Amino acid sequence: MTIIDAPAPSRRAFLTGAGSLVIAVALPVKSRGQSGEERIFGSGESSPVKYAPNAFVRISPDNTVTILIKHIEFGQGPFTGLATLVADEMDADWSQIRAEHAPANAELYGNIMFGGMQGTGGSTAMAASFDVMRKAGAAAKAMLIAAAAEEWGVPAGEITVSKGVISHAGSGNSGSFGDFAEAAAAQEAPAEPTLKTPDQWIYIGKDVPKLDTGAKSTGAAQFTLDIYREGMLTAVIAHPVKFGASVASFDDKAAREIAGVVDVKKISSGVAIYARNTFAALKARKALEVEWDESGAETRSTNDITQERLDATKNRGAIAGEKGAVDDSSFANTENAIEAEYVFPYLVHAPMEPLDAVVERKEDGGVEVWMGSQIPSMDLGVLSETLGLDPSQITLNTVLAGGSFGRRAQSDAHFAREAAEVFMAAGGETPVKLMWTREDDIQGGYYRPLIVHRMRGAVNDAGDITAWEHVIAGQSFVANTPFEGMLQGGVDATMVEGASVIPYDLPNFNTSVHIINNPVTTLWWRSVGHTHTGYAVETFIDELLEKAGKDPVEGRLALMTDPKHQRLANVLERVSAMAGGVTAPEGRARGVAAVESFRSFVAEIAEVSMENGVPRVHKVWCAVDCGIPVNPEIIKAQMEGGIGYGLSAILFNELTLNDGGAVMQSNFHDYRSLRISEMPDVEVEIIASNAPPTGVGEPGTPPIGPAVANAVRRLSGATPRILPMIKSLQA
Amino acid sequence: MSIRFNVNNEERTLDVDPDTPLLWVLRDELRLTGTKFGCGVAQCGACTVHVNGMPRRACVTPVSSLEGANVTTIEGLEGPQADAVREAWAEYDTPQCGYCQSGQIMSAASLLARNPNPSDEDIDKALAGNICRCATYVRIRKAVKAAGEKLGG
Repeated sequence: MTIIDAPAPSRRAFLTGAGSLVIAVALPVKSRGQSGEERIFGSGESSPVKYAPNAFVRISPDNTVTILIKHIEFGQGPFTGLATLVADEMDADWSQIRAEHAPANAELYGNIMFGGMQGTGGSTAMAASFDVMRKAGAAAKAMLIAAAAEEWGVPAGEITVSKGVISHAGSGNSGSFGDFAEAAAAQEAPAEPTLKTPDQWIYIGKDVPKLDTGAKSTGAAQFTLDIYREGMLTAVIAHPVKFGASVASFDDKAAREIAGVVDVKKISSGVAIYARNTFAALKARKALEVEWDESGAETRSTNDITQERLDATKNRGAIAGEKGAVDDSSFANTENAIEAEYVFPYLVHAPMEPLDAVVERKEDGGVEVWMGSQIPSMDLGVLSETLGLDPSQITLNTVLAGGSFGRRAQSDAHFAREAAEVFMAAGGETPVKLMWTREDDIQGGYYRPLIVHRMRGAVNDAGDITAWEHVIAGQSFVANTPFEGMLQGGVDATMVEGASVIPYDLPNFNTSVHIINNPVTTLWWRSVGHTHTGYAVETFIDELLEKAGKDPVEGRLALMTDPKHQRLANVLERVSAMAGGVTAPEGRARGVAAVESFRSFVAEIAEVSMENGVPRVHKVWCAVDCGIPVNPEIIKAQMEGGIGYGLSAILFNELTLNDGGAVMQSNFHDYRSLRISEMPDVEVEIIASNAPPTGVGEPGTPPIGPAVANAVRRLSGATPRILPMIKSLQA
Repeated sequence: MSIRFNVNNEERTLDVDPDTPLLWVLRDELRLTGTKFGCGVAQCGACTVHVNGMPRRACVTPVSSLEGANVTTIEGLEGPQADAVREAWAEYDTPQCGYCQSGQIMSAASLLARNPNPSDEDIDKALAGNICRCATYVRIRKAVKAAGEKLGG
């Protein structure tokens, strides 16, 4: 591992201004995969990027230390989490720490788990940053010490740093980081800074106040929607309500008559309206008349699409995982077999802040863009193409985003393209804010795909599960994107993760997949394939164990024989101990589920009763193993949030198309979100670990659905297999 | 049409389309951007402000209905309830993405002004109109209770 002083003078000036210190660290890229991406990026040897220099620490003369965060902050905690790593190694005082988004520059801020592409996803931020950020902090501290040693004329080895104060006991000298910011910047970065041993950590594993809580409690936190530039127009777009439709013609006479409306233009995704204020733009959109060309549109209903996919699952698809032998004869004894069809609907991410961006021409002819960019490398590429500029002429600022859950991680950068088109269609000189409304968000596609599963399982008289067949059918969102490498041999890794390998050692096992594409656009949604595979696998094993007369916890543990599933077994045992088992008080039932996703291990037990045909989840116990717990409270909060997010979907949510293909939902009244009155109490315990840290943004979500479903089965006699549950239970 | 009302104790006279929702007046005209747009149809509560001391959804409140009214936004929210809520919000590090939190805090402060000792049920009822897609609800509930305790409820 080499560390070099990397930033070019221009880069340094851009990042810091005079009198500041930038620590640059170059690390060899070791690509690892999340959600199937290891297939494209492979191991370090095949990585397209060998070295990804990173610059992370800015010390100002005013003694603040700003950490440049290479992952977008939308609630999952990288501002605080990554800053914790740096502050710990620097021995900074937490009160002097600030965080801000790093600029778009893959060379400096590439994600080593995305093969060097700059981006956030797959719960990789902490895992991909643990070494890099600590080294940046250690290097910064060494440079501060070297500067102080020079100034005081004492050996560097005699200088100590504690809580942001640099001291030399022998001479009685002491100073702040700010005092030495300038002198430290002139020091050479150490080639191999010594990292602390875990017993020396002061912030890692303990809780520090989150850096963004204050601004998010006063209205001061700035999101993209809050950006106003001089002379800026607000644009909204009339989009088609059918997927694959395009503009045939439009009549903007009435729209243009509305006071404040400046222009109306056709772009590739619809008709853009530009106005001096938001209300005028919204009013004009209602007055606009558009004729849509639906010749290439999806006109089938979601019922039809579902049936097509269910039919496909009657035959085995491309093999994603297999062991032993599974065929129809494995399930011939119907008394001992279970067959199940599962339907997982289209889901909208519905982050609180709908998509938005601000685009402005710079004085030098380039363009500046502000947006909640989750994959800056992709967004920058598409902006460059659409604006007709070299990427070096584009300043892409990542802004705090009001949630994402996958929605902003666009493999086709469609929103950056739309924003650039809107800007150019208006002449390319006037600053434009493009905003989507909630209706655009709900009806705008890029959903969790509609996926169906067919499962068959058999149990013998001894209570052993003898065969398992799992066929999945749905659409792939990685085809024709830079993530296409996840699709190989007819198997899209994001569709089968969690199903191609299961934690249960069964003698005969077969999982296969059919990819059936259609014009409805889809995307990763918090925990991706695990949203449906976790549900299918964990409800099906629960039913088979019940048929075999086994306890749901002991039965699972007995099948987790491979040592690689030991950590999952540990969280399962822990959660069972926390809840005091799976026996519920009268009138309620408990269900359990355990899912490994994104290299983290989570088990949950849900206690449920039925109220008017709808499950009411009273309490959830959750045990998580995510390696070294860097910020325990953030981990707990992510488990709580992941549970609430998953619960909303499995209880209530589906996006449907009518006969004709039009989206049937439009806003939170018919695509309802979980509310506080429906949120269970959640108790989280974190397994102590010395393993490298892994992610927590997604892994809390997969187990909640099957845990609730398993409880519902005990109450109602049947697993809800058609989601959302209100559909199964009220059918 | 000219309309006159008070925003955060400051008198404002504005000449805008009378149908304009208060939300867009606050944001586009007054640059008070702490009040958020989430749905536009009074379903999510991200735009919650106080009008004459009571919580109101700014996205469906036409500015023409506010002649002479006193509007308080998250930027102008102050007093013992506001302090207690913000302190409790920090204690539990409640926000995640933060986008809905202005609305949550406006609803929470209003609840505590009426009921300084709310039960979980009271909290659920008062805040059920405020959606948080990050589902920070567990912490919101704890923080509102803690704020009530600070207020001596």
